[in-house]
Amino acid sequence: MADPPRHLLAIEGLQPPPITALLDLAESYVLLNRSGQTARDLLRGRTLINLFFEDSTRTRTSFELAGKRLGADVINMAVASSSVNKGETLLDTAATLNAMHCDLLVVRHNQSGAPNLLAQKVDAAVINAGDGTHEHPTQALLDALTIRRRTGRIAGLVVAICGDIVHSRVARSNIHLLTTLGARVRVVGPPTLIPAAIERLGVAVFHDMAEGLAGADVVMMLRLQRERMIGGLVPSAREYFRFWGLDAAKLAKAAPAAIVMHPGPMNRGIEIDSLVADDPARSVIREQVEMGVAVRMAVLDTLARARPKLRND
Amino acid sequence: MTDLLFTRVRLLDPASGLDRPGALLVRDGAILDFGAALGQPEGAEVIDGAGAVLCPGLVDLRAALGEPGFEYRETIGSAALAAAAGGITTIAVLPDSRPAIDDPALVQFLRARGDATGSLTLLPYGAVTRGCRGEELAEFGLLREAGAIAFSDGARTIGPASLMRRALSYAHGFGARIVQHPEEPSLAAGAAATEGELATRLGLPGIPACAEAIMVVRDIHLAELTGGMVHFSRLSTAAALDLVRAAKSRGLPVTCDTAPPYFALNEMAIGEFRSYAKLSPPLRAEADRAAVAAALADGTIDAVVSDHQPRDADDKRLPFAEAAPGGAGLATLLAVTLAEVHGGRLSLTRAVELLTAAPAALFGIAAGRLQKGAPADLCLFHLDRAWRVVAGELPGKAQNTPFDGRALEGRVIGTWKAGRRVFG
Repeated sequence: MADPPRHLLAIEGLQPPPITALLDLAESYVLLNRSGQTARDLLRGRTLINLFFEDSTRTRTSFELAGKRLGADVINMAVASSSVNKGETLLDTAATLNAMHCDLLVVRHNQSGAPNLLAQKVDAAVINAGDGTHEHPTQALLDALTIRRRTGRIAGLVVAICGDIVHSRVARSNIHLLTTLGARVRVVGPPTLIPAAIERLGVAVFHDMAEGLAGADVVMMLRLQRERMIGGLVPSAREYFRFWGLDAAKLAKAAPAAIVMHPGPMNRGIEIDSLVADDPARSVIREQVEMGVAVRMAVLDTLARARPKLRND
Repeated sequence: MTDLLFTRVRLLDPASGLDRPGALLVRDGAILDFGAALGQPEGAEVIDGAGAVLCPGLVDLRAALGEPGFEYRETIGSAALAAAAGGITTIAVLPDSRPAIDDPALVQFLRARGDATGSLTLLPYGAVTRGCRGEELAEFGLLREAGAIAFSDGARTIGPASLMRRALSYAHGFGARIVQHPEEPSLAAGAAATEGELATRLGLPGIPACAEAIMVVRDIHLAELTGGMVHFSRLSTAAALDLVRAAKSRGLPVTCDTAPPYFALNEMAIGEFRSYAKLSPPLRAEADRAAVAAALADGTIDAVVSDHQPRDADDKRLPFAEAAPGGAGLATLLAVTLAEVHGGRLSLTRAVELLTAAPAALFGIAAGRLQKGAPADLCLFHLDRAWRVVAGELPGKAQNTPFDGRALEGRVIGTWKAGRRVFG
């Protein structure tokens, strides 16, 4: 058997067995979390550093909670990207972290590939918590866990990922994960927000929501950054909502029991209508947050097990 | 100076079509004679080539040397070491240094700095615009008089069509070429790789490959309009090469070059964010790479240039989109080009022509041929000797080679500048 991976940098390249193993382990953490218990012996004495070069209260808190429930010492380091540009480089940061004997390093960065660069230089296991427009592996894992718990499977499902695909690391990780597990993935959005050659990743491209959502089992909405409108990729919020915002009428094109997902934070009235986002029968958005903690516990647990035992110091 | 006699060499001079075993005699720094067999003058130093190729010292039409302004990346002294190790004895040096080469005194300064190395002739480009800022035209006439070989804004595209029109038109009056970095700036802004599947997978902002052809087609029209001469540097796409091919067949004064990465690598060299493979223009898809290789053989491409762009670790050890583009190219120029010969896609004569006589003829440089009475700028290389490119072990300061780890066949064993051995 191959060595277990040292880092979690991307979903691309992972085979179905390790993905399924992570999802199965995460299931057990869902039960543990719901029981109100913790497993503080698992990561006792391990140091987890949340290194966030980009603000994200949601993801950072989720990793922090996951680490604490497993007993790790959790430290949050928020580094504004601008101050890094002014002096300390990413690799200076890596040297600092090595000196701190960090075991697990969670990295969020606005540049694609930054965690890969860090992983070459740090001793810690690196977990990509979102890099530029490249990948966001734990988001895809938590989405898959949410889908699996709701529908009982992933293989054969039709999943429509809608909105700003070109700037979305969530979309890329989900495309890799869902196609690897046998789902039929569609991407839906205006042509200016669909990246070149995306069909080479094994997805079908739609520009019309009614067509893209037809018969879908899962509708996954993405956040539209306001600066995309300033950048001229979309003329206005109202036009975007009219053609690509998810409302009840568009959702009616999907399968009758289709679930609605969103990685958050939502722009209500731009990519999603509140009536849909808050509909307990369809929206699983809150459940996604719960699954996030369980999935991150599974990832931390798995990577920590793959590391040599604690230093004898 | 003692006489220098090369014996048992394969004399290769693409300009005259010479390719045969023989000998060559150097006296007082100039080529005195060459032929099938030469007598050995008394006291001459003899270099036994044992079958190695003796050709003119290479003429490189495009390199940035770090100096002035970026000495932490490369200096003229360190670049001279790398050039000598690569068999290069003449370099046209880009003007987008700091300060930019937009003043006659700077042209003279660079020429003198080259002469001071004793191993390298430096032929500066003049800036097209003051400071290479893309605004007002530089003093073409005075720069030309001081020895500027042609005009370019270096890595910056001459963007506005009105500016390019004026530059072509005004340079035409001085018989000088405008050397363009053909890339439509508004399509390239902020981008790090060629748009397509790889850039999409890696989440990197992409430049559509047609950004090159768009600028080439515009500038061909402007050359036709003004009668000016345009030279496109580092062509890397099939579409742009087709345009140049068609323009040449119509007799327009349009020429172009490329650099080894564009016929020896494709975008897959980026792998997982390898910033040493981040170049400008970016590496392309395989079909474009193959088209560049084919255009070397069919004559569409007039010269192969090193496009030496020295970068240090701090420029490169950054997330891919933030890393500086550019690769070191002096030491690998010949061997990577020879790989096309070993692969059977290019004749040896054509390969050496693209590195010597062709670039010299393009800019009217008195170099790049074996000629009696001419300075003995010579390159002696072993066609088959294998070596491996290792970043960190290259001659000179810049180590940012996109060919790191690559095994190559063809190695320079000696370089002479005006009869003086400068390498080997």
